[in-house]
Amino acid sequence: MKREKTHIIPPAERAFPDLSSGKYLVMWQGPQHPGITGNMSLRLIAEGDTVVDCETHVGYLHRGFEKLMERRLWMQNFPLVCRIAVPEPDFNEYCYATAIEELAGIRIPDKAIWLRTFSLELMRLASFLMWIGGQAGAFGHGTIAQWSVTMRDYVLDLFEELTGGRIYHMYIIPGGVRSDVPQGFFQHVLEVLKIVEKNLDDIELVMFHNAIYKLRAEGLGYIPKEWIDQYGITGPNARAAGVPRDLRKDLGYLAYPKLDFKVILGTKSDAYERSRLRLLEMYQSINLLRQIIDAMPKEGIFKEKLPNPLHWKIPAGETYVAAECTRGEYGFYVVSDGSDKPRRVTVRGPSYTHAISVMERLARGTNIADIAGLMVSLHTYPPEIER
Amino acid sequence: MMNTTAMTLAERYGARDWRDQRADLASVTVDPRSARDALAWLRDFGEYKHLSFATAIDNIERNVFTLTYTLRNQERGHSLMLHCDIDRDKPVMDSIHLLWGQAWTYQREMKEWFGIDFPGSPRVDEEFVLEGWAGPPMMRRDFDSLAYSDATYVERPGRTTNDPAAYMKEKLYPEATE
Amino acid sequence: MSDRKIKPAPLANEGLPPEERGLFCDAAPREYAPAQKVIEDFYNWARSQSLWVLGFGTGCGAIELRPLMTSRFDMYRFGIQPRPTPRQSSVFVIGGYASVKTLKRIVRSYEQMMGPKFVLALGSCTINGGMYWDSYNTIKRIDQYIPVDVYIAGCMPRPEALLSGFMELKRIIREGKAEGQNEYARNFDWYKANQKSVIKDWNMPDYNW
Repeated sequence: MKREKTHIIPPAERAFPDLSSGKYLVMWQGPQHPGITGNMSLRLIAEGDTVVDCETHVGYLHRGFEKLMERRLWMQNFPLVCRIAVPEPDFNEYCYATAIEELAGIRIPDKAIWLRTFSLELMRLASFLMWIGGQAGAFGHGTIAQWSVTMRDYVLDLFEELTGGRIYHMYIIPGGVRSDVPQGFFQHVLEVLKIVEKNLDDIELVMFHNAIYKLRAEGLGYIPKEWIDQYGITGPNARAAGVPRDLRKDLGYLAYPKLDFKVILGTKSDAYERSRLRLLEMYQSINLLRQIIDAMPKEGIFKEKLPNPLHWKIPAGETYVAAECTRGEYGFYVVSDGSDKPRRVTVRGPSYTHAISVMERLARGTNIADIAGLMVSLHTYPPEIER
Repeated sequence: MMNTTAMTLAERYGARDWRDQRADLASVTVDPRSARDALAWLRDFGEYKHLSFATAIDNIERNVFTLTYTLRNQERGHSLMLHCDIDRDKPVMDSIHLLWGQAWTYQREMKEWFGIDFPGSPRVDEEFVLEGWAGPPMMRRDFDSLAYSDATYVERPGRTTNDPAAYMKEKLYPEATE
Repeated sequence: MSDRKIKPAPLANEGLPPEERGLFCDAAPREYAPAQKVIEDFYNWARSQSLWVLGFGTGCGAIELRPLMTSRFDMYRFGIQPRPTPRQSSVFVIGGYASVKTLKRIVRSYEQMMGPKFVLALGSCTINGGMYWDSYNTIKRIDQYIPVDVYIAGCMPRPEALLSGFMELKRIIREGKAEGQNEYARNFDWYKANQKSVIKDWNMPDYNW
């Protein structure tokens, strides 16, 4: 059995420089800052231009979800659950609904499986589009945000046609999905996908062949391969380092075993490669959406009949359901004790490791101006850290 | 393959109650004193290298906190939930911050939310998500969030409740209350 | 004796260590009387056409600020721009719920903004707590802590609703009714008492100017 060289990892070593020596500057890249994705703060100690130490502070968005979920009925938790990872809510609904179905022993119809896959892939596309605007904007390239957020708006229009809500859909419920596909919907989807794909070609030309972006992003935030397991890094951050981790292939949930796609890998995980990988995953999402639309069954029920949600008791048990969201492994751990309210629900968000442990380690030695770009290249969303 | 893991855990660390939840998810319970060694063995020799999360459940009826560590074996595509029960009145547990680089964050969260101490874990006594919190650890079952919220935060008047049970009792079955 | 000779008492600034108290502001905010009618109307027209928003996404509602800033809904054509620091902004958009930790930063940012300043409260969480009404960490009424000029209901409000909220704010400013800043100065003690009752570790000056 092969043993790796670096086995005992030290905890996040902090540098404690002598702050009274006049050589160091303490700054807060705090919650009120355009260079942080969401609402988190970094307490940086800088020597000249280089960051010597970084301490993360979270909790600005703490609403006590896990406590609130224990106070509401199973069905009443769906509007709450959406708001845990604000820019990407469908994965919350999927994981929570699947956990309930597993504990209660409900099987969902075939059409619902395909509609759920469709919804998740469309959500991935929307989330990546928002992210790429932020990544370019962190380096000063403001045009990309104008294009990609507009494209995301077209995708949100599609969601509005399908589910009724732009940001929070509450579409995936136990037993299937909430409503069927409206007339002519897939025609709209294919048109929008064509527009988005053409825009992605433009973005690739303007962003990835830009000298400034290449100079600033290459070599920034390099994650060596050994860190992937030591820090629990998942998603494009891990795949860019060459480690093939994709829950869509590993777990084979929903309709993914029937779809034809390859896990995209990179060669080294720095900011440039990670953003390139995410661009390729956007193309992959568009391709997958076209495959899903072709293979979607035309007839069939979209929802199983559920018992009265006001008096629904789920049998006791526990389970952990994970999905591959745009940032990595997203999971819900649900424990039931046989009553009509959940006993314990924990959300495992990928930003928990990326934004705290990995960020603290990567920020050392980086230029102050690049901290924002580094933060965005890890693609973290603070709401799922503190729930 | 899973059975050899189950057998070795039972033999070496006294694990019990192996249960297969799904084909790719199982759960097992160990004694808290051997939990850290079991996790280290699973990481080094059992190929369960990835720590998904670590959390706690407040089982107030049995007066224990149940800690759950979920590990994942990428090669075989299998996840394992390792449980251990610690005493609710004096909650202390060995720290695993030297095994995984993200474990210290989970332990910091459990210290703030449940009051479980992990001696030696970096920054475990610092506040994590709350600031200036003077109350009890808030994820415990005996902490009433609604009572605290009503007492601390001022409400806008004019809010009515539409609790279905109260409505039904009042409007549809008034004679049942007598 | 005219009022000008009596200076108001300096603020206590008890949250700061004694050696730092001299470094921070110790005077409470004061009200500003409007100028002559014609000039004030001109000033109000100018203020309403140039609303610079502070870039602080305090909660979920901030996610609809991105579509508002980009080319589809384009708020630039209304004179609205995001700015990175409170010293350069005049509108504070409170995007949704406020946890206690964020409330401290909201108070700090609001007090550091240059006047005249206006507050736009997005979403139902600012009105009555929204869906986090029973949470131990979110406040239920933002106007207990800072004065609000316009509320926009929704969860979350669409960019069109946000634009109509901004139109309403412009109308109020032009009519001379956006008096949030003066209200804050007038009832400073009441606001401060409310803030301190919720924010338990007050380690900043009493008035963060």
